[in-house]
Amino acid sequence: MSTNGSNGSEYEHYEAVVVGCGPGGAAAAARLAEHGVETLVLERGVEAGSKNVSGGLIYAEDSAPYTIDDLFDGFREEAAERPVTDYRIHNIAGDKVKTYDLTDLHEHDTDWCDAVLRRQMDSWLEARVHEKTSETGGGVLTNVRVNGLLREDGEIIGVTCDELDPIEADLIVAADGVNSELAREAGLMDWEEPDEWFQGVKAVVDMDPEAVNHRFGIDDDEGVAHLFSGDLFEDVRGGGFLYTNEESLSIGTVFHLDSLVAEQAEPHELLDALLTHPMMAHWIGDGYDEREYAAKLVPDSKKVAHREPYRDRLVLVGDAAGQMQAQGPIIKGMNHAVTAGALAADAFAITRGNADSEAAGRRYAKLLEDSGTMAKLRPKQYDLARTVGERDAVTNVVDRVLESPLGSVALGNSLADRVLERAYNSPFLVSMLPDTRTGYTTVPTVIGEARGKSIRWKNDAEPPSLEERIGELTYDTDVGNPHIELLDDSAEASGAAVYACPVSAEAFGGGCYRTEQVKTNGDEETVVSLDTQPCVECGTCAIVADTAWEHPRGGKGVEYREG
Amino acid sequence: MLTKGVPDFSEGAVSFDEDGHLERGKTPTVMNPNDAFALEAALQTRVRHGGHVSGMSMGPPGYAEVLEGAMESVYTDDSYLLSDRELAASDTWATAITVSSGIEKYREEVADVDLVFAGFKTADGETGQTGPQTCWALEWPIVTHVIALDIDPDERRLRAKRLVEGDVDEIETVETPLPCMVVTDPEFEPTYRKASHRLTHKELRAETQERAADHDEHLTTWDHADLNLDPDYIGLDGSPTIVSSVDPIPKAPSEREATMIDPDDGTAMEPVLEELQPFAGGD
Repeated sequence: MSTNGSNGSEYEHYEAVVVGCGPGGAAAAARLAEHGVETLVLERGVEAGSKNVSGGLIYAEDSAPYTIDDLFDGFREEAAERPVTDYRIHNIAGDKVKTYDLTDLHEHDTDWCDAVLRRQMDSWLEARVHEKTSETGGGVLTNVRVNGLLREDGEIIGVTCDELDPIEADLIVAADGVNSELAREAGLMDWEEPDEWFQGVKAVVDMDPEAVNHRFGIDDDEGVAHLFSGDLFEDVRGGGFLYTNEESLSIGTVFHLDSLVAEQAEPHELLDALLTHPMMAHWIGDGYDEREYAAKLVPDSKKVAHREPYRDRLVLVGDAAGQMQAQGPIIKGMNHAVTAGALAADAFAITRGNADSEAAGRRYAKLLEDSGTMAKLRPKQYDLARTVGERDAVTNVVDRVLESPLGSVALGNSLADRVLERAYNSPFLVSMLPDTRTGYTTVPTVIGEARGKSIRWKNDAEPPSLEERIGELTYDTDVGNPHIELLDDSAEASGAAVYACPVSAEAFGGGCYRTEQVKTNGDEETVVSLDTQPCVECGTCAIVADTAWEHPRGGKGVEYREG
Repeated sequence: MLTKGVPDFSEGAVSFDEDGHLERGKTPTVMNPNDAFALEAALQTRVRHGGHVSGMSMGPPGYAEVLEGAMESVYTDDSYLLSDRELAASDTWATAITVSSGIEKYREEVADVDLVFAGFKTADGETGQTGPQTCWALEWPIVTHVIALDIDPDERRLRAKRLVEGDVDEIETVETPLPCMVVTDPEFEPTYRKASHRLTHKELRAETQERAADHDEHLTTWDHADLNLDPDYIGLDGSPTIVSSVDPIPKAPSEREATMIDPDDGTAMEPVLEELQPFAGGD
């Protein structure tokens, strides 16, 4: 650190500032330190992982230039939960279920894949990153929220923070997650279109390791991943998942945000539909004990992964750059964040000393292309299929055929069964799946209907109410300083938040968003009101409502224990 | 950094006998709560300017735990305990003589001292005299009620903001050459607005956790002989203050009558509701 910036300013200066200590930030910082770069990492949580949620699988791809265990020795043993050794998808129609083995798709290009819980994983990474970056004159600071970009003559030269004076840097890595304020301030990302996002909610369910082994028929060093699709979720496009951890299960649902809005669905109720389905009886049907309820917004890289994720000295990695790949039913995010973080660090090392402030960013974008990462995030075949798949007319025809007796029989015959299992397992085909009801609901439902077996097990799982779920979460509320401002309280502008927000619900007064009837001049009007206390900082309302959205100050807001 | 052990007056910890006298044997000893602010000031100074911070206290051998606590919470490098039977029952004057001798010995044998930090009066004595008297004995300048401070190491000057309480609280800015004594106000708040300071803070924390686990290794105890003090001028014999007697403060008599009513008892609640009726809202 030097107190004088390159231009003789009074700002503190570091060679690199990394914002966020999730997998993307951690990979960038570790690699920067390996290159001998003086690196400061700023994390807004009380500890890395306290603000993070993921469904829970991290992949190491054979084809990836960097995997997390390349960068962090002992990651799998010390930071991860169970490896995935069994991978299935369940197609559901009512109480009928047809299960396919998806192991082929899962293992395609996969070196290994482990379930993770983010508090454990990211806090472990934080300690390693601090060790590494301390050696080159930097380190990790928690409880610090970066709130904006420091500019000079319009050019980005550093960051501003709630808790610290402005800091100048030669490289700024925005690894500040799906709701990256830096990416938005730089004009590289927005919060405009619901159809560019998924929203996931998750319950971490307490379970004795012996019970996990027994119920899933696995050993200590094995784990399962189950996916769920079909009519379990009415017409909301999306699906469910169940992953085994060492001493718990991660069970959740992921839906297209635009579909949640269109169907006026309550995310926690969709999760409950999965938790209470008869099929789950054998796994969680007795003594259901939920440790934590969590929610997260997921960018759809097919639509939003930025092809040139840089501006001036700023580069975006991970969710901040929209680098979250939904490959059919398989969602890969953390692995790409790791790759991108490491590549951004390499790009800076290669171009170090270059007078052009965008040299590192340009090189980073090129490395994303050359390494094949961008092709995974934005597959060409999807762009082709999209033009067809999203044309309603075509989709409707396909749907009608599938729903007709003839179509159902065709799908349901034994030949189709084999073809379908193979189709599900084709990385090429699943990357073409259009984002319509067909892939998510119609096909799985028809499969379940025609080929599924009825399951009549009694599932006694009683998930907690939303109020109880919020009550179990840990918050350090920044009293008197709400981080979200509702700009337009009309039902038209912001009413969708009442149901789409995972900690709000129609007719529930204890959530973030609620509707109220207000009488004005004899007229009655419905208005939306906001209380940010129960907020889990997922960002849903930034998209579906008219808000001014910021993260809370460092250390404030929700603190996940599992994540 | 000067600190004192005091009885833990927090609820549940403190113990009184039937006559309302404090039972010291049954009440745990903790660091004087006001000293925490002095510790923060010492730590902030160290984080910003580097240097070496020693904790010093006068009292029975058990006060070593107070110094150990100081090491854990604010990362002092070592501890000095002035402890001796001859020092028992010192009043503020005798304490000031002893502590200033301790500081002089430290300066002669350990290292020169730029700053001495102390908290604003102790929770047991409440006199607020020991700090200024110690400083008088050292013949140093003193700045009290400090809520913020800044040091210019090159000029060897300290600039401090102090809170002057009155009808209207005022904040005064004063400057003094080093060495000097700083007495912190409970309103003191450390600020770390530089990333490098926070990194230093974090580094000190990690270093100290290891050191505090082995506190005895870093503790030096000096008795009156070490300090070259005449027993006639320290302890009870050296204390001009005489406490004639202590009167317990009688409990204030209650001026209001109270009647207990079970809120679930409808009949008993009726008169209450009637009383409240006039104050209820319009519609």
